[in-house]
Amino acid sequence: MNSTRYTATAIVLHWLMVVLLVTLFCVGLYMSDLPVSPWKLKVFSWHKWAGVTVFLLVIVRLGWRVTHRPPALPSGMPEWQQWAARGGHALLYVLMFAVPLSGWLMSSAKGFQTVYFGVLPIPDLLHKNKELGELLETVHQTLAWTLAGVVTGHAIVAFVHHYVDHDDVLTRMLPHHRRRGRGS
Amino acid sequence: MRILSLLLLLVCLPVSAAEYGIVDAGKSSLAFTYRQMGVPVDGSFAKFTASMRFDPARPAAAKAAIDVDLASIDTGSPEGNDEVAGKQWFDTKNHPVAHFVSTAVKPLGGNRFELDGKLTMKGRTHDVGGQFTYAPRGSSAAFDGDLVIKRADFAIGEGEWADFDTVANEVRIKFHILAMARK
Repeated sequence: MNSTRYTATAIVLHWLMVVLLVTLFCVGLYMSDLPVSPWKLKVFSWHKWAGVTVFLLVIVRLGWRVTHRPPALPSGMPEWQQWAARGGHALLYVLMFAVPLSGWLMSSAKGFQTVYFGVLPIPDLLHKNKELGELLETVHQTLAWTLAGVVTGHAIVAFVHHYVDHDDVLTRMLPHHRRRGRGS
Repeated sequence: MRILSLLLLLVCLPVSAAEYGIVDAGKSSLAFTYRQMGVPVDGSFAKFTASMRFDPARPAAAKAAIDVDLASIDTGSPEGNDEVAGKQWFDTKNHPVAHFVSTAVKPLGGNRFELDGKLTMKGRTHDVGGQFTYAPRGSSAAFDGDLVIKRADFAIGEGEWADFDTVANEVRIKFHILAMARK
């Protein structure tokens, strides 16, 4: 096992999350302005089911991350960048939990229970409350936009590592790892 | 002394076997549950007028009627309320009131009763049925029950809403009527 590379599981979870988060964010933006229709109700349900899936996957991912040490950051990285990387990753994890959690709470407060795939009812943690529902809608949107911003920053930094610093920070998270000199 | 108290009891008995008929609108409620994408959602009607007469000793003679102001609906969300006022749903402009009138009340044992009646909505009348319980509370009594209706019978949800993929056909109407005894 090459210790400079993420495990296959971590890579799969990472890219699965990329697909889900980008899709969920775009669908979320699209659906909030839809007029009431059967289509809207369907899209909302799909968004909620996908959100629950993300929440479950983040639990798995965090468990994997805690039990499998990620490869060390390039040795040549300045200390402030190493701290920024750790802080950024921690923030990504916090937001990946917070966004679906706020969506779930928002649904509860608005009186629409989340029933996973229309089969498994997820308990409502909050009672129906119009004001709280509207507040949580703002919270959910703000957190989603924050996550979108942090993810964008995360991607930009990965490209900077690849094209400017010429290290393996990007490639070690790619499915098909092409060897590349570290810190060259 | 014993005879006197027995006499008093006899005098009082007809009073306790009351006929309930004065509906306390403030303490009565009309709600419903429907399924949207498999998810149960609660709604209610804020305005309705109910009239009834019910004597537990003579349930077969019981009668009830309810007029529901359909514009007073709360489907669970403001945009839902706007939507269901439209032509495809209740079309409240042309059909503002839903009318229920009982046709038969049968005792089922204990405090349970079967309720049959006719419901008219959006110009369509259908037989509907359900059950209710009767619970005396001092000089008044609470009547709690439900009726399951099929929205398609009344053309509630037409066009793109006509199939039941998103909004189920079955709607459970739950009523809580508090009525005082007629003096």
